[in-house]
Amino acid sequence: MDRHELHELGDKERRSRPRLRIRCCTAAGCLSANSQAVLDKLKHAVAAQGLEDEVEVCGVGCLRLCCEGPLVQVDPQEVLYQKVSPEHATPIVGALLGGSAGVTQGDPKSPFFALQSSVVLDNCGFVEPERIESYIAADGYQALAHALHEMEPGEVIDEITRSGLRGRGGAGYPTGVKWSMVAKHAAARKYIVCNADEGDPGAFMNRSVLESDPHKVLEGMAIAGYAVGASHGYIYVRGEYPLAIERLKIGIKQANKMGLLGSRICSLPFDFTIDIRIGAGAFVCGEETALMASIMGERGTPKPRPPFPAETGLWGYPTLVNNVETFANVPGIIRRGAAWFAGIGTEKSKGTKVFCLTGKVKNTGLVEVPLGTSLRHIVEDIGGGCPDGKVKAVQTGGPSGGCIPEDLLDTPVDYESLTALGSIMGSGGMIVMDDKNDMVDVARFFMNFCMDESCGKCIPCRAGTVQLSRLLTKIIDGRALNEDLKRLEALCGMVKETSLCGLGQTAPNPVLSTLRFFRHEYVSRIKPPTNGRPKPKVPAASADDGVYTPF
Amino acid sequence: MERLKLATVWLAGCSGCHMSFLDLDEWLLELVQLADVVYSPVLDTKEFPEGVDVTLVEGAVANEDNLHMARTVRARSKVVISFGDCAVTGNVSAMRNPIPSSAKKVLERSYVELADERKGAPSEPEILPILLDRVDPLHAVIPVDYFLPGCPPSAPHIRAALEAIVAGKKPVLEGRQIKFG
Amino acid sequence: MAIKTLTIDGQLVSAREEDTILVAAREAGVNIPALCYVDGLTPVGACRLCLVEQQGTNRLQAACATKVQEGMEIVTNSPRLHEYRKMILELLFAERNHICAVCVANNHCELQDMAVRHGMDHVRFEYLYPQLSVDVSHEQFGIDHNRCILCTRCVRACHEIEGAHTWDVSGRGVRARVITDMNQPWGDSDTCTSCGKCVQACPTGAIFRQGSTVAEMERDRSMLQFLVNAREKKQWNV
Repeated sequence: MDRHELHELGDKERRSRPRLRIRCCTAAGCLSANSQAVLDKLKHAVAAQGLEDEVEVCGVGCLRLCCEGPLVQVDPQEVLYQKVSPEHATPIVGALLGGSAGVTQGDPKSPFFALQSSVVLDNCGFVEPERIESYIAADGYQALAHALHEMEPGEVIDEITRSGLRGRGGAGYPTGVKWSMVAKHAAARKYIVCNADEGDPGAFMNRSVLESDPHKVLEGMAIAGYAVGASHGYIYVRGEYPLAIERLKIGIKQANKMGLLGSRICSLPFDFTIDIRIGAGAFVCGEETALMASIMGERGTPKPRPPFPAETGLWGYPTLVNNVETFANVPGIIRRGAAWFAGIGTEKSKGTKVFCLTGKVKNTGLVEVPLGTSLRHIVEDIGGGCPDGKVKAVQTGGPSGGCIPEDLLDTPVDYESLTALGSIMGSGGMIVMDDKNDMVDVARFFMNFCMDESCGKCIPCRAGTVQLSRLLTKIIDGRALNEDLKRLEALCGMVKETSLCGLGQTAPNPVLSTLRFFRHEYVSRIKPPTNGRPKPKVPAASADDGVYTPF
Repeated sequence: MERLKLATVWLAGCSGCHMSFLDLDEWLLELVQLADVVYSPVLDTKEFPEGVDVTLVEGAVANEDNLHMARTVRARSKVVISFGDCAVTGNVSAMRNPIPSSAKKVLERSYVELADERKGAPSEPEILPILLDRVDPLHAVIPVDYFLPGCPPSAPHIRAALEAIVAGKKPVLEGRQIKFG
Repeated sequence: MAIKTLTIDGQLVSAREEDTILVAAREAGVNIPALCYVDGLTPVGACRLCLVEQQGTNRLQAACATKVQEGMEIVTNSPRLHEYRKMILELLFAERNHICAVCVANNHCELQDMAVRHGMDHVRFEYLYPQLSVDVSHEQFGIDHNRCILCTRCVRACHEIEGAHTWDVSGRGVRARVITDMNQPWGDSDTCTSCGKCVQACPTGAIFRQGSTVAEMERDRSMLQFLVNAREKKQWNV
């Protein structure tokens, strides 16, 4: 397919659309609340009323306000129906001709929607994820065609570098720099890997993107392949995301068929194929070296870096590993320019970030905001605050992150600010906690998660997380002495500094950050020391004499 | 100078550490010049006395009596030393710990399954102490000042530690003096 | 062959560019502690005992898996490193059921020696006391999981030197175990050649020759290096 055909296809798709459009969410959240039946019934109802030529019913991706699903939106009236059941289909279609459907309505202009900005999710909820034409009608694959026709690979990398895009997997490494590192290595083969092994508790950003707009990620990967000189890519998706896998499969097949992936893309001498690799449930496979080991059919355990994947990755060849959301940002940057992207966000953190707002918050769902937005704005204005009680803390970054207390909610969400508070941006999980949440118990929850997910290769993570969990239990049960608290802190420091990979290195973060901001919740449970120990004539050991050091 | 009051205690262990203590041979004569041994399995004292300066504790904490004794020792001793691997690590005494409900299981195995006659786990309340389900090293139940590992600690190692103690110094054991096993 | 000059514990050291910090240090007479590293096998950086400090970075480097670089300033021992190493050893002793007194490897055990070297006189963590099995189905050898520290030397020796890949690791985290074939009894293994390289590689009493009793299990570590040298460098002298 050349550029001309691509434009024509997009035009044809847009022209074929009737005036009225009913969009029904068919992402995993709403599907689990029976939205497939809602979609089918809506189609039936439209047919029954003989409105097929005037009304299009389509299954789209995530409509974001997950807590109110299944969601159905009607255009151009901008009516949002919430908690829709299949019986509501007929009244909803009836209401198209005037009157009320008698179904709970949301306000698409409410702060939850109005205060968001869409870059990654701009197609999310609009395009039909299982139809490539729908993506093409939303200017899909234009960026790839533009890059291939108009830009040298180096120019693509420059564009990404100038945009200021940083890795959305959590660490925030500058994407352009990573791409140029892979590009500069001369090798017979290179690989692109999309890390879709999203596993943080409370995180479903990547899943939503893949289920809602899979082609955007495929296009981003192909552009990356062109930029760094790779002709093969892998998407590593966790097996717990069957719908994302299915939609990616469909997407790859459609793109291959249209010549937008595969050989001679856009009728130019550039080949790029994408294969899916499915994770088998190990969280550690989100770590890039473990992920690559898993792709190669080995046990999914991390390896010491350096060498970095950019130098020695899959089968020893230079490999670019980026997160789903990072790739999803790429087509927009190429199509609209680095300057546009760099105009969003803060000086060091450009663009937007998708978050999954969950926990004790009124509006739970998918949120995209410019980087630099304050946590308070996200939690209170967009999220609507705690339904009952008061916000106590916000947990960001999942098991690698930390809890930020209410009085620091004015902190802007960017890579540096969150790190300074002992948390991390992470992949985008954001869990709101209220005054009923016990912070030591929260810390133990995440520690147990890391303990279960430790691969067992290095000792600090394998055996250290177990001991940390035990110490936290001891504190929660009121059996701990002051020296146990000291031991907890010492062990946190040790596990952080000595573990082999990011999982272990960040596993103590939830404990350290709750110790930092909610220390009284630990201290108040410590047992007083047992008194009545006689004063010794022979020097008894003490903590500072170096003989017996209880940390 | 007031003479040092020394005690040795035997909890759940094989008494090998005490045998090794006796291997101090003629140095024991020097020791009694410097310290009074006020309580020990080799003496006839019934009650662990008050005001002990240093107590060497052999054995792990495996039954209620051990636990009670450990607490008494701590309350009445200025310095407590874990004496030998059972006290320091649990060692062989703790080998039953991986078995769930180990106290019941080991009694059944020993007194029922492997018994030739009069099968039945012994039960003499107030006389036979109740086994704990989990055998612990000494420092898991009371604060311990120094550790003298070894199975058993050799007589020269014990002597090195005691020489420092009777001289009013901290025992500093180094290198292979602190080897387990 | 390019030569790199670096500083190890204040001492100027020259090393081949392909050398790791651990090898360069050892040639300079500095013995960095390690349990998963063994000559002749690919380093995996798993035990974390060989972590060293590098001037100019806060990040500790695994000496076994980090190549030397020109001008590097390495500190192999410091109070912090010593304390971390001691904690790692205590974590290992608490993790499984290591009872030196009744172990075949007593007095010939790298774990025990490492504890001695770091002055570990007791374990400050709670013992986990897992219930673990002993497999003596093989006619010559046995594996006691109570004593395994998951260094994976056996896995690598079997895969890299013998080429049998009988050993591997199953499970994750604290539930990880070395296994033979597809987690079958060792004696039923179709791939095991009974070469005994795993027995030579094991640092503790986990893999042993049957019939050896307490403190009898001695090993010949140099055998693995000898085989690798013979194969790769055609050197047949020991």
